[in-house]
Amino acid sequence: MRAAGPAGATSDLDHPEAYRLTWRDRARQRGLTPTLWLVAPGVVFMIVFFVYPLCYGVGLSLQGTGGWFSAYRDFFANRLVNDHGSRESILITLELALAASIVNVALAVPVAYRMRGTVRAKRTIMAVVLVPMTLGTVFVASAMKEFLGPSGWLNRALLHTGVVDQPLQLVGNFTGVLLSLVFTGLPFAFLLMVGYTSGIDPSLVQAAAVCGARPAQRFWLVTFPLLLPGMTITFCLSFVLAFGVFPSATLVGNDAGPTRVLSKIAYTEYSYGRYPTASAAAVVMAVVQLAVLGLVLWGRGLLHRGPTTGGKG
Amino acid sequence: MTGVAAPPAEETAPTLPGPGRRPLRHTLTGAVTWGGLWVFVGGLLLAVATVLLTSLTTQFTDGWLPRGYTTRWYAQSWATFDLGHLLATTVGVGVAVVAVTLAVALPTAYVLARLTFPGRRLLLLLILVPQVVPVMTYAVPLATLVYRLRLNDTLAGIVLVNLVPAIPFAVLVLVPFVEQIDPRIEQAARVCGATNRRVFVHVLGPLLVPGLLAAGVLTLVRVVGQFELTFLVSGPDSQTLVVALYGAAVQAGELASQEINAMAVVYMLTTLVLLLAALRLVDPTAVAARDRRSRR
Repeated sequence: MRAAGPAGATSDLDHPEAYRLTWRDRARQRGLTPTLWLVAPGVVFMIVFFVYPLCYGVGLSLQGTGGWFSAYRDFFANRLVNDHGSRESILITLELALAASIVNVALAVPVAYRMRGTVRAKRTIMAVVLVPMTLGTVFVASAMKEFLGPSGWLNRALLHTGVVDQPLQLVGNFTGVLLSLVFTGLPFAFLLMVGYTSGIDPSLVQAAAVCGARPAQRFWLVTFPLLLPGMTITFCLSFVLAFGVFPSATLVGNDAGPTRVLSKIAYTEYSYGRYPTASAAAVVMAVVQLAVLGLVLWGRGLLHRGPTTGGKG
Repeated sequence: MTGVAAPPAEETAPTLPGPGRRPLRHTLTGAVTWGGLWVFVGGLLLAVATVLLTSLTTQFTDGWLPRGYTTRWYAQSWATFDLGHLLATTVGVGVAVVAVTLAVALPTAYVLARLTFPGRRLLLLLILVPQVVPVMTYAVPLATLVYRLRLNDTLAGIVLVNLVPAIPFAVLVLVPFVEQIDPRIEQAARVCGATNRRVFVHVLGPLLVPGLLAAGVLTLVRVVGQFELTFLVSGPDSQTLVVALYGAAVQAGELASQEINAMAVVYMLTTLVLLLAALRLVDPTAVAARDRRSRR
């Protein structure tokens, strides 16, 4: 055994102290091997450039000009630069992100459910659906602004066919931003849901069919409960994506009015050099987002968490 | 069955969802699903077509299509926004971030996939938290930090901030790839006298090429599209394409919309090239499925 160290020659075997473990061996027994040094670069980087800024930000938010919590007081009392209501923006951001992620999951589940097996042109559909994800929020938002605008093609078509008399107001308000967020977020939700739906054993559905369940029953009584945990995860990740985004809110929406989102407020404060209030807005954002995620994941704990594969064949 | 005169088509032919190609059935839910998908795809294509057409327009009319077409806006946009410089910055930042990310993420992913040790959960937390905290929450103090390091408006600063979300993301992508490699292959190499370094370079490296490619391409796509972080740190000399596009779109009144859309088309082509590369190297469903398996 190398564990005895360099002194552990054959002649020392009679002496019990030769077997005494050094701190090195004890560490090794608990799993602390020298290979662990491999994580050092990653861990050091993440601590210096993620954990430290995070703590620094929280500290900064407490150093407002008027005492400990003055930055937060300013935030909740709507006393910020160019302020159009920072307190209300919490609700606005929440509504936008919740609506977008609910729509995303609701649209992604049926399509993903139908894509679970081998479907014609699956790869093409996947590729087309992936396009908006790669284009990113800025491009989609600027494209939507023209497409949904009063003289865009959508309104033109609606006017032409006589569906509406007046152009629909889709830009500069909640609807436009929501549409833009759905276009960027849906591909991601879809991709995740395809992973979940194809993870469900088809023999479970077959068994239900043999027992006489109709397609709707098969879906609602068998597949849907098994999909719920995956749906909550998809919901959470869609929510994260929609909650922090501000290009769509500024470009398609109206950041001085009905779609002033928290991240835009944080940015405006930052660009005016008011770091404490900017950090306060950013911290409020994090707290709200983590509260929603915590709530959803707590709800997920109450759901079925069994295997998605059948038992014996 | 009760005496239903005309049962729905799906009940008369009780086909089981068996393996292989399923028969096409015309159901209401199916129609709604595929209809929704086509509305989505159609909206997307029309929106992209709007951008493309606007960038080629000589003069706007009230009709559906522009009156004349020209490519001169591309030349003008290239000059106004210095698109060559923007593209060079974007590519440079992307390549640098991918290189550093892979170099740092691979060892971390290896340890996470292979070893159990005290503090493993803490390390996992360090990698998962950046995925759920809003970008702005750490972007604001990080930008302040970069500013104090005098790295704002430099390529190094942009690379630095982009590394923060990229490294944990790449670790998450790489862990399942490392898990797929049989540890006995490594053990065999060690028995034959290979050192740690040789195991990595000659055994694990070649086996991990698909994983590294997947992580690299996905990181590149994310860096090119990364807006918030780059936006906070970049200055006039160090913008990436997305940031410049946002800047142009915000002050839309002052610039010709054809010019902005020409830049948008250049950006779109850049990302589409990346997407094609990604699709050649990565099966998106496989990534989603693997991602899920590792998270359990």
